[in-house]
Amino acid sequence: MNVQLRERPQAASSTGTKTAIADCDIHPARATQDELYPFLAKRWHAHLETFGVHAYQGMMGGPPYPKAQPNASRRDAYPPEGGPQGSSLSFMQKQHLDPNNVALGVLNPLNTGQGIRNQDLAGAICSAINDWQIEKWTSKDSRLKGSVVVANEDGVSAAAEIRKRAGDKNFVQVLLLSRNVEPLGQRRYWPIYQAAEETGLPIGVHAFGFGGNPITASGWPSYYIEEMVGHSQCQQTALASLVLEGVFERFPKLKMVMVEAGFGWAPSLAWRLDKVFERLHAEVPHLKRKPSDYIRDHIWWTTQPMEDPESRDHLFQTIEWIGWDKLLFATDYPHWDYDEPSRVLPAGVSDANKQAFYLDNAKKLYGIA
Amino acid sequence: MARHVVAPVDELPPGSRKSIEIDGRPIMVFNVKGEFFGLLNRCPHQGAALCEGPLIGLASSSDPGEIEYTKLGEILRCPWHGWEFDIRTGQSYCDPRRFRVRAYPVNVEAGTNLVKGPYVAETIKVAVESNYVVVDL
Repeated sequence: MNVQLRERPQAASSTGTKTAIADCDIHPARATQDELYPFLAKRWHAHLETFGVHAYQGMMGGPPYPKAQPNASRRDAYPPEGGPQGSSLSFMQKQHLDPNNVALGVLNPLNTGQGIRNQDLAGAICSAINDWQIEKWTSKDSRLKGSVVVANEDGVSAAAEIRKRAGDKNFVQVLLLSRNVEPLGQRRYWPIYQAAEETGLPIGVHAFGFGGNPITASGWPSYYIEEMVGHSQCQQTALASLVLEGVFERFPKLKMVMVEAGFGWAPSLAWRLDKVFERLHAEVPHLKRKPSDYIRDHIWWTTQPMEDPESRDHLFQTIEWIGWDKLLFATDYPHWDYDEPSRVLPAGVSDANKQAFYLDNAKKLYGIA
Repeated sequence: MARHVVAPVDELPPGSRKSIEIDGRPIMVFNVKGEFFGLLNRCPHQGAALCEGPLIGLASSSDPGEIEYTKLGEILRCPWHGWEFDIRTGQSYCDPRRFRVRAYPVNVEAGTNLVKGPYVAETIKVAVESNYVVVDL
């Protein structure tokens, strides 16, 4: 016999890694907009249907730039039962969590109440999203842990939501986005940091978001590719602001995770900050240490999008500056720039560093036994 | 080189595709306007199943502001990172020197040819008067 025909199941396209991993950036989606209604007071159903949502910036019908793939997601990640990518737990398990042996998956919901001008509505939607994460995801699969989504522009209500969720094992961090009305070190955000420090929850700062400002420091660019590379510029501004406003001096136990912003730029930003700080420290006398010291002590980094320099030595040198103990592996599932676990690291990494990179750093930071 | 029957031609009309496994290798076969093409169903970049991607054209530009859209329906775009491959050759347009998808010759053979000689299709009920899509591997 010379003919063999076997249909190949398409869902498990990845060969996967066999060792357990943590995925610190998974994006769950709502199958329908009214999936949130059970968690929202009737007053807000009527509000949404009458007035809708008023965001900080225009183009509300869609994202500010057309994405490379539908919903900025993998084309093979549509659930068989319908709905957008990331909206089905069973398909996420079958396509990603099981074949890739994900032992810990941190959920980062996007398109929530963050970036909505009506702060009462923003708070109601964020709280509903948090209930929805428990109901639809974390209570159904113990590998998944939620991020507390907060109305980021209202520090007082955000802090109340953090305290409300503190101690709930369904959540492992607080989620902010990098694009806000002001740079993230500003005082309006300090109640968030105070609550996070008190409750021991790290703060994840995910790239992108809607703050009403142009997405680059020099205005609105023409192409999506500029948004893709420009968001690290925004993340750098956010990080510089956090350091220079003295957030880490004021909240010395605060832990932050830079999510989906790359990390190759971290050393050069720190070097520039240190150099200028030598000359200008009189302007920021509240800083007791070099900017790079705060960055190294307080910041963790998720890997996706994993830097991919031509020389792997350059990658290793960058990671050595950051510390192999500060990197958290992430795939960004189901989004289109997904990193495949078995392909992201070049050869030449020790087993101990791999173990830290893929699992142990995340378990330690997020307090998962 | 062995020959493998993929399907009767009627089951792969223009615009359709089929992914199969031959000798442990995932292969996809496309019918593009009556022409058949075969590629390894695995992106050389990070391993996505390429058959989940759309067939598009190739946007090229001789000068800024001059854009041509060519090879319509002949460029396969990876469902993950959008890498583009020429369905005729497997050539990558992202990094042609380092990456290419293995391309396999696909032919249409008459059933009478297949049952004669050494090529017997056993897993498909061969009606010898039909034509079949065949991959050489």
